[in-house]
Amino acid sequence: MSFLEFEKPVQELEAKIAELRKVSSTGDVNVAAEISRMQTKADRLLKQIYTKLSPAQKVLVARHPERPHFQDYIQAIVTDFTPLAGDRRFGEDAALIGGIGRIAGRACVVMGQEKGSDTEMRLRHNFGMARPEGYRKALRLMELADRFQIPVVTLVDTAGAYPGVGAEERGQSEAIAACIETCLNVSVPILSVVIGEGGSGGAIAIATADRVYMLEHSIYSVISPEGCASILWRSGAYAAEAAAALRLTAQDLKKLGVIDDIIEEPLGGAHRASLEAVERVQAQIEKGFAETCPWDPRTIRHSRREKYLKIGRAA
Amino acid sequence: MNWLTNFIRPKIRSFVSDQKEIPDALWQKCPACDGMLFHRELTENLGVCHHCGHHLRISVADRLSILFGESPFQDISVPPAPADPLRFRDKKKYSDRLSEARAKTGRDDAIRVALGRIGDQNAVVAAFDFDFMGGSMGAGVGEGIVKAAETAVRERAALICIPSSGGARMQEGILSLMQMPRSVVAVRMVKEAGLPYLVLLTDPTTGGVSASFAMVGDIHIAEPGATIGFAGKRVIEETIREQLPPNFQTAEYLLAHGMVDMVVPRASQNETIGRILNLLMERQTGKNGTTGRSNGRKSPPRDNGGKVAVGPLARAAGNVARLPALRGKTPLPLPAAANQTAATRRRRSGKD
Repeated sequence: MSFLEFEKPVQELEAKIAELRKVSSTGDVNVAAEISRMQTKADRLLKQIYTKLSPAQKVLVARHPERPHFQDYIQAIVTDFTPLAGDRRFGEDAALIGGIGRIAGRACVVMGQEKGSDTEMRLRHNFGMARPEGYRKALRLMELADRFQIPVVTLVDTAGAYPGVGAEERGQSEAIAACIETCLNVSVPILSVVIGEGGSGGAIAIATADRVYMLEHSIYSVISPEGCASILWRSGAYAAEAAAALRLTAQDLKKLGVIDDIIEEPLGGAHRASLEAVERVQAQIEKGFAETCPWDPRTIRHSRREKYLKIGRAA
Repeated sequence: MNWLTNFIRPKIRSFVSDQKEIPDALWQKCPACDGMLFHRELTENLGVCHHCGHHLRISVADRLSILFGESPFQDISVPPAPADPLRFRDKKKYSDRLSEARAKTGRDDAIRVALGRIGDQNAVVAAFDFDFMGGSMGAGVGEGIVKAAETAVRERAALICIPSSGGARMQEGILSLMQMPRSVVAVRMVKEAGLPYLVLLTDPTTGGVSASFAMVGDIHIAEPGATIGFAGKRVIEETIREQLPPNFQTAEYLLAHGMVDMVVPRASQNETIGRILNLLMERQTGKNGTTGRSNGRKSPPRDNGGKVAVGPLARAAGNVARLPALRGKTPLPLPAAANQTAATRRRRSGKD
């Protein structure tokens, strides 16, 4: 487990506990009591820290390398998962993975960005930054869902769409725009969960949905705090200020009416209890299914469009 | 030129006109070729450098008068959006930046919407104002696009969006990101009403603006040399640590890569768009001023509210002003010639 800077006090306690555990292999009752006392203290400390995370700290948690990623969700909550590859135009993009499978027994299209969990995987998945091919594959899969009238579930976790020459050459803008347009066109429910980082256009391309949920410590923003700071403050050193000003936390977005629900994370963040976090996301998706299924194709599309038409309209 | 025109005329002019004809800077340098450009010459050349053909950025007022050509147009007012929803503050308060931009441009937000005619067709133009916070898209701009789309559908008009924007407006945070799907819903309404949606991509069209409504047009027209792309050049350079190709993200580059239909110089934009609209909307208007139905064709697939568009013949009879939205409102617009003078005057005075 890698600790974040602000988790230092917990880290020290945990280290002590580990040490005590080592010496107490004999089964000393006093030591066991001490361990349990310290564990309670560590948990309390963790809770304290995590109930008042600053926006900048949330950015770190949302990007935590051990946070559950797309593949962890697929393994834990999708049965019969059948990945589908390629955009039928140019190539296959491993940054954005998608396919068909079942969540809670219901057939659906599932897709999302995979950041990768070690260096090799990170490179393979391009750190979760999709190129036009990724968005065109997403578009294709949404149309597949529409044709067979099964819901779409998207798990969002990306720093943003990939900024590269090839991506621009092949129309990154057009790919994202077309993907958004497809989200607005399909006549099946779309449920979207921001599981880590919701990075700007790269996120909204697959998060234009009927229900949008966020994990408690995930973030969703129009620009990265670093990017915002370097433009508006003219220095990346102001990223913490930018993170606060941008209102990018799940709690802020709920207040702004942009998301529908916040999914509570296990004590100390999703990276401390991966499976539990994943299961809570599944429960929320099931709730989303219950709210939207069965659906009338025209009504569901109409209400999705109305929802977006209203965002930013004076009351 | 003699002493009389040199010394007397300006004085006489000051009697007949209250407009200052002399701009602050008589000369400016072309940002592309460094050639010296005389203000009046530049204006007459539609803001295009006569040395190298570079298209300089122009005001929204100039943009509209160029696009509508000789024909009159009316402004469509855009409802205000909630101001500063995040109470955003960087080095400066967003609310202060907004007031400054409003004072500078004399408009509420970075978009102007107008209804008029291009070719023989009704057209709604939604033009971005780059001078207003870099043309960035927040809820106010989103509102402008929605209003433009609704007007187009109501008036059976084509929609032409003219982005000139660095992208989403950071100071409105996630709400500005949400304008991406919102603007796409808006232009979708136009498309589904069977009306053409054109995009005239001008310098610059980047970020969230390029990745939403600006890239889903029926037809994409780009202005020569305009920067169009998703990610900023600096970001890309820092990511790939390589030099970028020389014409990277220019209109011509996008044309070569199949992202736009054509690159059209300013002087031909009115004619080109007019021709395209006439072709695409033939079925709506019918030829010779008749409706599609009396031409023996089926009427347009969607309900058009019982309105009959004005055909070429009716216009030839001087009915240019029969734009439905103008009905019941103050007199007909100025005759073409007078309007042109007004437009030119506005252009000269550099105001909107």
